[in-house]
Amino acid sequence: MSSEPLLRLENVGKRFGGLTVLDQLSFSVHGGEIVGLVGPNGSGKTTTINVISGVHQADVGRVIFEGHEIQRLPSFRIAHRGINRSFQVPKCFREMSVRENVEVAATFANRGEVEIDGILEQVGLTSQADIQAGSLTVNQQKMLDLGRALATNPRILLVDEIGAGLNPAELGGIASLLTSLAARGIALIVVEHLLDFLNRITNRVIVLGAGRLLFEGPLKEASQDPEVVAAFIGG
Amino acid sequence: MRKSIPSLRGPAIVLAVLAFVFLMAPEFYTNHSVLLTMMTFMGLAQGLNLLYGFTGYLPFGYVGFFGTGAYATSLLVTFTGLPILVCVLGGGLAAALIALILGPLLRLSGAYFSIANLAASQIIYFIVANEDLKSITGGPYGIKIEQVYAPHASYLTMLALLLVVTALAAYFRLSRFGLGLKAMNQDPVSAAFAGVNVVRERLIVWLVSAAMAGMIGGTYAWDLSVFYPSAVFTLQISVFAIVFALFGGVGTVIGPLLGAAVLYMLYDGIGVSAPQYFELIYGALIVGLVLFLPNGLMSLLTRRRINVL
Repeated sequence: MSSEPLLRLENVGKRFGGLTVLDQLSFSVHGGEIVGLVGPNGSGKTTTINVISGVHQADVGRVIFEGHEIQRLPSFRIAHRGINRSFQVPKCFREMSVRENVEVAATFANRGEVEIDGILEQVGLTSQADIQAGSLTVNQQKMLDLGRALATNPRILLVDEIGAGLNPAELGGIASLLTSLAARGIALIVVEHLLDFLNRITNRVIVLGAGRLLFEGPLKEASQDPEVVAAFIGG
Repeated sequence: MRKSIPSLRGPAIVLAVLAFVFLMAPEFYTNHSVLLTMMTFMGLAQGLNLLYGFTGYLPFGYVGFFGTGAYATSLLVTFTGLPILVCVLGGGLAAALIALILGPLLRLSGAYFSIANLAASQIIYFIVANEDLKSITGGPYGIKIEQVYAPHASYLTMLALLLVVTALAAYFRLSRFGLGLKAMNQDPVSAAFAGVNVVRERLIVWLVSAAMAGMIGGTYAWDLSVFYPSAVFTLQISVFAIVFALFGGVGTVIGPLLGAAVLYMLYDGIGVSAPQYFELIYGALIVGLVLFLPNGLMSLLTRRRINVL
């Protein structure tokens, strides 16, 4: 892991009308690291990912990727720079084949050559390559989402609740995939409610509560933090 | 990566057939007006298909670009005396300029976009037809450009435009650019994360589609040479272009051409002589289309997994 962070959020704030969703949020992520992003519903996890990936723009603060501010860039430019994501509700190109879904990203991301068959194999969709994406199961569509993101050769991958609805064997497969990506130097920010799953793949989690950073460190220590306990169970 | 170069044989055949049919047609059918109007609607259906078929934006006010092109061309002829083909090109540029001004409409979606576009086309119509602008546009009394009337040349120009707009549809269908359009038509957010510049691609298609309607309008005006504003701004033009394109199948190259050819021939066959039956048959066809073939005639083939251009 290099000493310079790949991604740094500095005092990022985001409001929707009168509601403060992110409040002076600061943290950093290094290449090859898997960081868990946890917190109760409405704590700002997905908004954090949306701000990093350009779906929403931060009202205040800076998002710095590889030394450059990216908080005003549109999503496609952020994808070109090397940040990509999957979605909580998978968003594939339903009327295209699985292979075409990956091909689109490989064609437009301008991030060098990618091996489409290799990506399909990684996400376990080799045998579905020629069928329409819309006919995949939801879990397969989540994997395709991930495959589409991988086809852009990302340096940072934002993974939004990929584990929901998966059985233990499938979760094991995802855990192996994510750790293998990290081993290749890709930084991952994983939003997840499944704490066992996070415990298996992360060394560090960031706990959010009402848009604020409550805790940063190993997941096991988070459960002893009074602020975290209060955020999850009230108090 | 998309490495294979798409076959150009399909588009080449379609263009060759179109050119052959409309070059030979006057030898067998002497009604110049019917042939030119058929090409006009085929071109408009294809131009609308560029936008609706490839981006999902349904422009109810498409006639606004057609009328703008007709008037811009006529005004250039009247006030500048430039060669007519330059004036037709100017008509296309004027329509593209209007489209650029209306670019923010692309932030809307679905019915909101369609209604806003319809309203915009009516604003242009009321400006052009305004009595106070009589000295420039002719106001409600219309405009004359008889000095450039040349039916054979306007016929060939319309054919050339039909070929260009069809070639553009083939490009949108087969190129890397078209792959991006296909992706953003299905999911613009995901397309952006695939690296597609969604806003730019949409705007390009919007401008190109408008410019084509403008040049087709300009050539139509050149062929008419005397017309009232209602003749080039009637909403029937938008409705025909939409129905023709949908009937054949949007998002394809052949569909809008086929839809326009079949329905225009039907219109010409019975619409003029027996309009009451035409409306009945036309209405039944549209109902049948929506119920049984929502993706148009081309879906008869695509449902059987037959690849169509």
